[in-house]
Amino acid sequence: MKTAYLNARLLDPASGLDTAGGLLVEDGRIAKLGAKVFKGGAPKGVEAIDCEGLCLAPGLIDMRVNLCEPGAEHKETIATAGAAAAAGGITTMVALPNTTPVIDDVSIVEFIARRARGHGRVKVLCYGAITQGTEGSQLTEMGLLAEAGAVAFTDGTEVVADAMVMRRALSYASGFGLLIVQHPEEPSLAACGVMNEGEIASRLGLMGIPAQAETMVVERDIRLVEITGGRYHAAHLSTAGAIDAIRRAKKQGLPVTCDTAPHYFALNESAVGDYRTFAKVSPPLRSEADREAVVEGLVDGTVDIVASDHAPHDQDSKRLPFNHAAAGVIGLETLLPLTLEPYHNGKLTLLEALAKLTSAPATLLGLESGRLEAGAPADLVLFDPDLPWRIEEKSFLSKSKNSPFDGRPVQGRAVRTAVDGVPIHDGVPVRDGVPADRPEG
Amino acid sequence: MTAPRQAAEEAVYRFPHRHLLGIEGLSPEHISFLLDLADSYVEQNRKPDKKTDLLRGRTVINLFFETSTRTSSSFELAGKRLGGDVMNMSVSQSAIKKGETLIDTAMTLNAMHPDVLVVRHPDAGAVKLLSEKVNCSVINAGDGMHEHPTQALLDALTIRRRRGRIEGLTVAICGDILHSRVARSNIHLLTTMGAAVRVVAPPTLMPCAVERFGIEVTHDMEDGLRDCDIVMMLRLQNERMQGMFVPSTREYFRFFGLTREKLAVAKPDALVMHPGPMNRGVEIDSELADDIDRSVIREQVEMGVAVRMACLDALTREQTGNAD
Repeated sequence: MKTAYLNARLLDPASGLDTAGGLLVEDGRIAKLGAKVFKGGAPKGVEAIDCEGLCLAPGLIDMRVNLCEPGAEHKETIATAGAAAAAGGITTMVALPNTTPVIDDVSIVEFIARRARGHGRVKVLCYGAITQGTEGSQLTEMGLLAEAGAVAFTDGTEVVADAMVMRRALSYASGFGLLIVQHPEEPSLAACGVMNEGEIASRLGLMGIPAQAETMVVERDIRLVEITGGRYHAAHLSTAGAIDAIRRAKKQGLPVTCDTAPHYFALNESAVGDYRTFAKVSPPLRSEADREAVVEGLVDGTVDIVASDHAPHDQDSKRLPFNHAAAGVIGLETLLPLTLEPYHNGKLTLLEALAKLTSAPATLLGLESGRLEAGAPADLVLFDPDLPWRIEEKSFLSKSKNSPFDGRPVQGRAVRTAVDGVPIHDGVPVRDGVPADRPEG
Repeated sequence: MTAPRQAAEEAVYRFPHRHLLGIEGLSPEHISFLLDLADSYVEQNRKPDKKTDLLRGRTVINLFFETSTRTSSSFELAGKRLGGDVMNMSVSQSAIKKGETLIDTAMTLNAMHPDVLVVRHPDAGAVKLLSEKVNCSVINAGDGMHEHPTQALLDALTIRRRRGRIEGLTVAICGDILHSRVARSNIHLLTTMGAAVRVVAPPTLMPCAVERFGIEVTHDMEDGLRDCDIVMMLRLQNERMQGMFVPSTREYFRFFGLTREKLAVAKPDALVMHPGPMNRGVEIDSELADDIDRSVIREQVEMGVAVRMACLDALTREQTGNAD
């Protein structure tokens, strides 16, 4: 089985390749690629795809996804998340362990793998929990979980609050070379809080969570990395302080990395507006100064990765007083266009933006995909970086529709997504004909 | 027929809101309109025959998700004095833990065609959420730490009747500002009407960035009370407090409780107000609270009924004007 991609703009963030050319897929892997490939057209007997100058890049790797399966299948399933991911150009999802039951046992890792195979689309990997039940006290069997396939360890949406537990986790994991991912938020400061602390929270009469709740956990963890030498990754950073702490730790040469989610650079706390629960996330949307600091972190490379932090919630979980509404937004289908915003705004190059979605998470998690090179899996996304469209709730494939970006005009969309060479999304007609959800005018 | 109709149209022009969810966002004209209307009801309430038939045939439902005696009875009386049918519903604490109850209760009541829903809820924004699901007018009778608009209006009416104006006065709001919806509504109303507002509280009971509301912030009673015209004391809201905000009520009273000595730095005729219910000996000296020369606390209660009549009147007139 061979597929030829012709007339593509090949983009490989790992090698810095950005050239017009072609790519050959053979038996699910990239056989060859380059400016000279298929210059004279596709050979006979090969499925040929004319890319018409669109960008061909490694499929996106989303390292933070709440699959909701097992346990909350009314919000999302591996199948529906897979369909949403495919439409968003994502070829690998890494599932957070906050399922019911928690992914803290080898059997759950195997269950996820089995379910994912059953749906056979997007690659589904998972984290193992750091502590049993994500309760923050007893370490899980990290070695066995890693053997079973857990790619890294995190308590997901829960913070490992106890310094000694975190020290032991980093220390123990370092023996296997495993990565520890933290949800950095001091729980005693965040306890009653539902949005960012500041004028808006005060006006709305909502309890705030100070930015320092994030900074202090990141700073503490960096000190624990100094002691243990463990590999540490701070998830979904939202504050200037935490990003600065990571920046300093990297300068110090410590093995630390971090990611952010699109809503932390595409929105600020004003999105909460008049108690809009779709803008309730954890950590909360922050001030404009923090948002700018997140962009700055993306630009100078302090923030390595952008992950969607996809958190589906049904209407009943969101149609509540703000205090009681569930936190989280869906993000699989909006990850690419929102991460392209800093590119369109002139902050990042196209390759820099893509690196945060492909090669950076692949390197961090030790995956063989995430790059265009001969021998790598043919996990590919063909996309138009400029295509204007409007994010619309009704067109989401995700089972839940909780997106604060409904109605937002964006640019850039996946046209075709392939996993191991097999197309899993063959989307919106682009050059010939205007897509249905393209904004008027 | 033409005269009342004209009056109604004028009222629509002057109070064009369907709901009263908060003071923030109301213009000085809207506030003055409600206060003028309330003023006329003060006189009516002092007559032997207190009843009109303005709300005849109209249904007012008091829906309280949080216990209340004074606000709910004040609204009940206001509705009855205007000749409306008033129903009181209190929904138990345990039932509201399940948030769906709010929307479900709203839908259920809405199906009974009330004209006004008066709602109190322990969560900020809950009354607004409910207002989006019903066809009638909604009055916020207090939502969490957010707003309590009729309390601010009755405070303003009390001040205006005593001082003849609000503009240019200096008002010190003292105590648990953080948890207080009364403080927020009063800050919005008083600053909108041109008064200078100071808030006085220990830093642990002060909302973040409250100076951005256009007010002066101090942690010292003497600084806060100096030369002020009005002193508003707030209740220490133990029920909203998660954890320790002040070490003890004894220490709180020593530094933030209102006493004659502390009041001495205010203007000689400064008025003392309290939205009630009072914690005597915690935020206010008991004897001072009862001093009819300084304390207008009971007058506030009287104004409460008049203000709530004005709000019911204004919102139901608006319904008539906009009938479609």
